[in-house]
Amino acid sequence: MGAGTVQPDADDRRLIMATQGGLPLVPRPYHALAEQLGLGAEDVMARLTRLLDAGVIRRIGAVPNHYALGYTANGMSVWDVPDECIDKLGEQVGRLPFVSHCYHRPRHLPHWPYNLFAMVHGKSREEVETQVQRIADLLGGDSRAHDVLYSSRILKKTGLRIGG
Amino acid sequence: MDEIDRAIVNALQGDFPICDEPYREAAEKLGIAEAELIARLGRLLEEKTLTRFGPMFQVERMGGAFVLAALAVPEADYERVAAQVNALPEVAHNYRREHALNMWFVLATEAPEGIQDAIGRIERSTGLAVYLFPKLKEYFVEMKLAA
Repeated sequence: MGAGTVQPDADDRRLIMATQGGLPLVPRPYHALAEQLGLGAEDVMARLTRLLDAGVIRRIGAVPNHYALGYTANGMSVWDVPDECIDKLGEQVGRLPFVSHCYHRPRHLPHWPYNLFAMVHGKSREEVETQVQRIADLLGGDSRAHDVLYSSRILKKTGLRIGG
Repeated sequence: MDEIDRAIVNALQGDFPICDEPYREAAEKLGIAEAELIARLGRLLEEKTLTRFGPMFQVERMGGAFVLAALAVPEADYERVAAQVNALPEVAHNYRREHALNMWFVLATEAPEGIQDAIGRIERSTGLAVYLFPKLKEYFVEMKLAA
């Protein structure tokens, strides 16, 4: 257990397993879960609130399919920037309004020189290219090389599945 | 998708309430009836406009691991390898991308050891080397798309 982690108890785990596919679409979904799990509804709501506060649940809501919303151009832009200033640059890139995820990840030399990953989404490749150019402008000479890997097919998208 | 669908997708990508009647509360903010919201969410899921409606978990926060990985798959073997990779429950999502590394997937496991185990199974079944891209630092994550 590292810092910032919480250990879910057995009932938390059962609650996670019961909701990882989605919430029941009924007027009282937390009561329905409570009944299914043999817990009290107040207990279910308190557990979800605690998991949300702890960050085990990032958020509760709708997960859209990018393609269905017209975001057919989904680019993983990857950048080779100096390790000494990656944190400063990563924070700046992450603040751009069109960047949905921004991470420092390892290089795999010699084939993969990129250490900064920024996901961008657009309704056309042109839109994504404009966004990538804005990242390039922001990074300036600190970007030694970059590439954009477009997703051309969703092969699987189920989200987390923990076992029984 | 009509205007109400759009409003639902835009408003409900987070902050869904935890209370006795959350759909009623969310529907009131949208100016529609609870039953209509539930019916529309069901349809948006059915039509695959939404892939899911519910909590999004961060497995690292409960001691687990979440790792991006990639494979360079020969074109002729692509469908076979996709099926082999997707068969693992640890694979949370998987995308085809245009690059020599043409298959990018995320492994999510409840215990960090589970990652090595899953990689071993993928390498044995596909005969390909898995490139791992664990996150060294997260600068920003907020996946919200305007409908």
